[in-house]
Amino acid sequence: METNSGQELRRYDVASVTNEQPLETKRLLLKELVAHLREQRTQAREDWARRIQEANLLTAMSNEEIFAEATSVYDNYVEALATGTFEALQAYARNLSERIIPRGVETEEVVGIVLLLRDVLARSLFSKYRSDFAMLNRILDAYEPAANRIAITVAVGFVQERERTIREQQEAIRELSTPVLQVRERLLILPIVGLIDPQRARQLTEQLLRGIRANRAKVVVIDITGVAAMDTNVANHLVQTVEASRLLGATVIVSGLSPEIAQTLVNIGVELSKMTTVGDLQGGIEEAERLLGYRVVPKSSDTAESETV
Amino acid sequence: MPRTAKVSVPYRDDVEADVNIRTDGDIVTARRRGRILAEQSGFSTTEQVLITTAISELARNILLYARGGMIALKRVVNHERSGIMVVAKDQGPGIADVEKAMEPGYSTSSSLGLGLPGVKRLMDEMRIETQAGQGTTIIATKWRR
Amino acid sequence: MEVPILKQGPYLIATIQTALHDADLVQLRDAIVEKVGKLRAKGVIVDVTALDVIDSFSTRTLSDVAHMIRLRGANTVIVGIQPEVAFAMVQLGLVLEDVATALDLEEGLSYLHAKDRQGERAVPRRR
Repeated sequence: METNSGQELRRYDVASVTNEQPLETKRLLLKELVAHLREQRTQAREDWARRIQEANLLTAMSNEEIFAEATSVYDNYVEALATGTFEALQAYARNLSERIIPRGVETEEVVGIVLLLRDVLARSLFSKYRSDFAMLNRILDAYEPAANRIAITVAVGFVQERERTIREQQEAIRELSTPVLQVRERLLILPIVGLIDPQRARQLTEQLLRGIRANRAKVVVIDITGVAAMDTNVANHLVQTVEASRLLGATVIVSGLSPEIAQTLVNIGVELSKMTTVGDLQGGIEEAERLLGYRVVPKSSDTAESETV
Repeated sequence: MPRTAKVSVPYRDDVEADVNIRTDGDIVTARRRGRILAEQSGFSTTEQVLITTAISELARNILLYARGGMIALKRVVNHERSGIMVVAKDQGPGIADVEKAMEPGYSTSSSLGLGLPGVKRLMDEMRIETQAGQGTTIIATKWRR
Repeated sequence: MEVPILKQGPYLIATIQTALHDADLVQLRDAIVEKVGKLRAKGVIVDVTALDVIDSFSTRTLSDVAHMIRLRGANTVIVGIQPEVAFAMVQLGLVLEDVATALDLEEGLSYLHAKDRQGERAVPRRR
């Protein structure tokens, strides 16, 4: 692929670690390298696929699948070498990772196969230039930094994708573990337990607001009995949640406010008199029912029943 | 072994846009483009609204205090994640006391003043370059989680 | 961009359908105030369901509407603020403090009815 030397300079300056060669020579060497790799495509892929199986990598995939992916990786690899740009390779690595992570492929397998390809290609270079040691050295000088860069790109792409998957799973777990409960018509309860970091606080608020809309809730009881302490950040989140709920037409009752948390709220400038607070969840629910117009009527039997007024 | 830089690197894309802010209609334009870019960048609906609202406020400040300027929207990438950068630039009077303008605090004020702490809350990072009489540049970035 | 303002009994319903420029918002405000006077409406519902951004100017204008309407003895209720928009608003500290808000049109009408009944009763009765 023809590119002007100015662009080459920018792309390869990172790759050149021991750059004793003038840039023009390097360019020619890479061209020669890429031509060789394209020529060797069939052989190299077969060697590689064989080595992958011998090393017991990608056991989660069938031989056909391995060969198919090997082909894509090979072509992307050579393309990256040819163009000196790695964005396409990065995108491919992410895409590949997205597909194989659910299959249970591990990081060491991915790094392993990329290194094996590097070996296969290096060997083919040894083979080709075995009668010209000086030339072999020169071409390896061009090949190695670029090959290393590619290995890193693929490995990092895989790891990033993996981390993203883990984050998504954590998010899903968090969402499951903090349900917004519809207890009665128009009444939602959000019990909060344990430690809350700002990210979780945000997620709770989003879930609650969506819940208010979905359930057409008029009253929400946020129970923080199970929350030991709150820093000012999270306290702010609580206040914002109350305010945002009001914008959706819902009244919020905060139950289970400990003296410590009350103090935190006062410290950040909240006028507690403006917030409806109750001692415990039971009290919160009763207050909510009162607001909604329910009345608890004790009957002649032992159990009390509620009826709508 | 070559290293990748640990810094935000803006790169051009066909969706990124510079919007001239001169009329209130331009505020809506900047918002709309911001929304599209945010959506294409993979932000959640909530985050799209946060970004669009921040753009609205920044554009509005330009209009109110500098009578003209521009909003640039760019995708940014660092070695870990990607996001959106909003650059609000004007040649207005500058902010005399940035610290005061950025004073945080629980506030339900009717948004007198610049509302900059609010914009910072909406986004993840914010940087202000300003000098009295020399105009203001505000750079706010939001990262995809 | 004209915002349709419809009459429903003693109330007016203004439904915003797209993003509005500042000038449009001001025009809407004035139109509502004028219509309340002309039709002697007892209440106004402003439906903002379609707004995907409510910023400081919008908030101030909505607040202005409520205050100006109050001077004519009518109530205002803003309905349809989207969850994500509410979230963004409170980050900016825009809480529409002395303006009534409700979930949707139905709730908004319910609110206005309740306010009217309160006004009509000499002695407030427990519901």
